[in-house]
Amino acid sequence: MEGFGFLGAGIGAGLAVIGAGLGIGNVAASAAEGVARQPEATADIRTTMIIAAALIEGVALFGEVICVLLALK
Amino acid sequence: MKPVIVKQAQAFLKVLALAVPLLMNTGVSVSASPAEAGAVAHDTAAAVVAETAGEHAGAAAEGAGAGHGDKPGDVIMHHILDSNVFAFEPFGEVELPRIVVGGFDISVTKHVVMLWVVSAILLVIFSLVAARYKNLTNRQAPKGLANAMEALVDFIRLDVAKANIGPGYEKYLPYLLTVFFFVLLCNLLGLVPYGATATGNINVTLTLATFTFFITQVAALKAHGIKGYLAHLTGGTHPALWIIMIPIEFIGLFTKPVALTIRLFANMTAGHIVILSLIFISFILKSYIVAVVMSVPFSIFIYLLELFVAFLQAFIFTMLSALFIGLASAHEGHDGHDSEVAAH
Repeated sequence: MEGFGFLGAGIGAGLAVIGAGLGIGNVAASAAEGVARQPEATADIRTTMIIAAALIEGVALFGEVICVLLALK
Repeated sequence: MKPVIVKQAQAFLKVLALAVPLLMNTGVSVSASPAEAGAVAHDTAAAVVAETAGEHAGAAAEGAGAGHGDKPGDVIMHHILDSNVFAFEPFGEVELPRIVVGGFDISVTKHVVMLWVVSAILLVIFSLVAARYKNLTNRQAPKGLANAMEALVDFIRLDVAKANIGPGYEKYLPYLLTVFFFVLLCNLLGLVPYGATATGNINVTLTLATFTFFITQVAALKAHGIKGYLAHLTGGTHPALWIIMIPIEFIGLFTKPVALTIRLFANMTAGHIVILSLIFISFILKSYIVAVVMSVPFSIFIYLLELFVAFLQAFIFTMLSALFIGLASAHEGHDGHDSEVAAH
């Protein structure tokens, strides 16, 4: 039964990364679209995009920290 | 034209002469005893890693030093965690004093030393810059270090503080500038040889986030008064919903600093774990080819990414602090509240 912690950590890390990838992908896609439509708003869009990406990444990192704790417990 | 080609060919031959013996050695390094494995690991580190990036050499040498039967995971954790020993690996190590007062361990650890080093460097840099500004007349532009710092300070002032807090941002500017340069230098010093990432310690990031939390609350109290502050906790809903809204809003107060804490801590720790893991792949597989083809190039790539992340995370921490202060002191009542919810 020992190994199940590692199994959970591995699967959890993968799932967290999938979620973050989808999220940041969406943000980047919309930002690229926005910049293409309105090049003069590039600076605003970049700031908004970085904040959103950081928030998404933060949630993913919560998951990864829990996985590391599982694997190292 | 021709000498250039000759030079390029010579350079290529030199690289080949360096790489071929390494590749020929591939099968040899399978060793019997752990001690020997440590020695081989050390040789690999010296031959391949040392010349490419200082920190990697430090990490690898640490791996070799701790290589008497330790698993790579233990070595990585040893590198990441705080400790009472400041290791200067090939030259020995400095034992830091252990101080316990009333059951609390308040000893000066590796990360505390790094915090002091960062503070000292910042004091020196900004005293120099301030001294140079005093000598300038109004029509002169600053040069060198002062100019570089002015660009960063101006960026924080205009694009972070003014953009997110709005009128009255000057009050919060000293805190934001301090936290930006402090976090930035902490992040960067984790990437130099013998350095440690103080921001990779959750206690440090929690302390910084606690400052932001208190400043945010004080800003909210000042902007709305005690009545407005309490009304804010109800979310502007019908009294029947207060039993749900007040706990949610109350927890919401604390999620922001906790998110700040974990984001900075996890980002700074994760990068180091990835770099060390990539280096240890070659030690686990005991192969030079893996080291040349995979470990070194990929860890250099991640290292450069870490340089970017160091700036980005300092910026994000400052930016979100400014954003929270701005939202807390926004005068449009509950308009600001919607975007605050969206920010989560």
